[in-house]
Amino acid sequence: MQFVEDHIATAVSHDIPVWDVDPYDVEILKNPVPFYAELRERGAFVYIPRYAMLACGRFDETREVFSDWERFVSSRGVGLIDFSVAKPWRAPSIVLEVDPPYHTRTRTVIARALSPRAVSELKDSFAAEAEKLVDELLEIGEFDAVGDLSEAFPVKVFPAAVGLQEINKRALVDYGAVGFNALGPDNELRRTGWAKASEIVPWITAQCKREALLPAGFGATIYAAADAGEITEEEAGMLVRSLLSAGVDTTVTGIGNTIWCLAENPGEFEKLKADPKLARPAFEEALRYTSPVHSFCRTASLDTAVNGIAIPKDTKILCVLGSANLDERKWQRANRYEIERKPVGHLALGVGIHGCVGQNVARAEAEAVFTVIAKKVGAIELVDAPTWRPNNAIHALDSMRVRFLKH
Amino acid sequence: MVSVIYRSHDGTAREVAAEEGQTLMQAAISNGIDGIIGECGGSAMCATCHVYVVEAFIDKLPPLTDIEDEMLECTVAERRSRSRLACQIKITNALGGLAVDLPEAQA
Repeated sequence: MQFVEDHIATAVSHDIPVWDVDPYDVEILKNPVPFYAELRERGAFVYIPRYAMLACGRFDETREVFSDWERFVSSRGVGLIDFSVAKPWRAPSIVLEVDPPYHTRTRTVIARALSPRAVSELKDSFAAEAEKLVDELLEIGEFDAVGDLSEAFPVKVFPAAVGLQEINKRALVDYGAVGFNALGPDNELRRTGWAKASEIVPWITAQCKREALLPAGFGATIYAAADAGEITEEEAGMLVRSLLSAGVDTTVTGIGNTIWCLAENPGEFEKLKADPKLARPAFEEALRYTSPVHSFCRTASLDTAVNGIAIPKDTKILCVLGSANLDERKWQRANRYEIERKPVGHLALGVGIHGCVGQNVARAEAEAVFTVIAKKVGAIELVDAPTWRPNNAIHALDSMRVRFLKH
Repeated sequence: MVSVIYRSHDGTAREVAAEEGQTLMQAAISNGIDGIIGECGGSAMCATCHVYVVEAFIDKLPPLTDIEDEMLECTVAERRSRSRLACQIKITNALGGLAVDLPEAQA
């Protein structure tokens, strides 16, 4: 058995095209769309020699691999490292990187904490915070839509909803980024992230403890499940940690990417202004169009086949969600951002038992922000070309100077 | 193809030819049934594909999981004994003729 990047090397197979590409090349991470198109063009699956793994980017096959938790497991890690043969950088997530039946127990608890009902109680406070922030930005006029808006809003409302009492914006945003960079190969991004982890992790861990949390909030609901004997005290802390690793950087990216979409497509922004109820669909379509989580891996638990293509047991498969979400086979005018599209079934939040458990919160945050923007902002102008921040799993902006014009 | 019927709150019924292996939510979305949103795409996360299943088919459906049960507590329209999430019902031949009533609201 041979190992590459801490997973079992898959052998080249005659019916899968070989493509010597590095999906983690910084230029691809910054501008992935041409990579996505070529990936779909070359085949349902391609073999990537430098990582001895497969990658898929057409909608149907990607959806099949990504959602079939029995044949394509998450418990061996959703990054390049196979946890059955190598040690992960931190104790794996007990919801993202586990399989049923254990997964069902933790997922049920976290889903309850983040349920539509729990989230609807936050609606008014999210709306008030969004209005305050957008008013400030309209006064300033020109600002960085990443730091001053996309990061500022989730960091203001989400940790507070979890029940955190101490907010450290940089640590919260960076913790997510470190976790997502850890999913890639042993490259500069992953190494830099790990180097940063030693500063951030102790602070994060301390915030996840029962005594650090407010008596009401997502965190308190999770600890209540520990009191009820559904999970242990330690597991409760791990689930709160999952909220912080998966709930900040992702939403930050989703909101930032939506601003970018609206700034680049003024016609679509006019539609949003005419009907602020399109705030939620505008965010949803931006998720499809930009895929804030561009890729996650799965590992084949047995010899199997997808669309007639044989996939050997132990194969690591890079599921390129960003590509599947732009697949012309699935989406009409796939390469256009259209806020009136109903992109139900896009893969940006995954689907099935591992589908994003925080998606209700993310949508509520986005709805608050884009409803107030629709009502108060007359135009969004890009001041200069935005720059992207390469990450091994996240497609996020680094900075985007914009101008908000009043109505 | 398996025939399933969606009966909207105002009383109109639509028969749809669903593909085996699709979920009842996906069949509704791909056939433009208005009373089902399916915002989360089928992860039992949003409770916007709530349906009331006709009595005769209740026992033919896959059992309720803990997660679906939890989510049915979050529906906008009242939960009844016939309540299910359409995204958790996979279409099989045994479900030919299945009829579901759609609630007044999903979100």
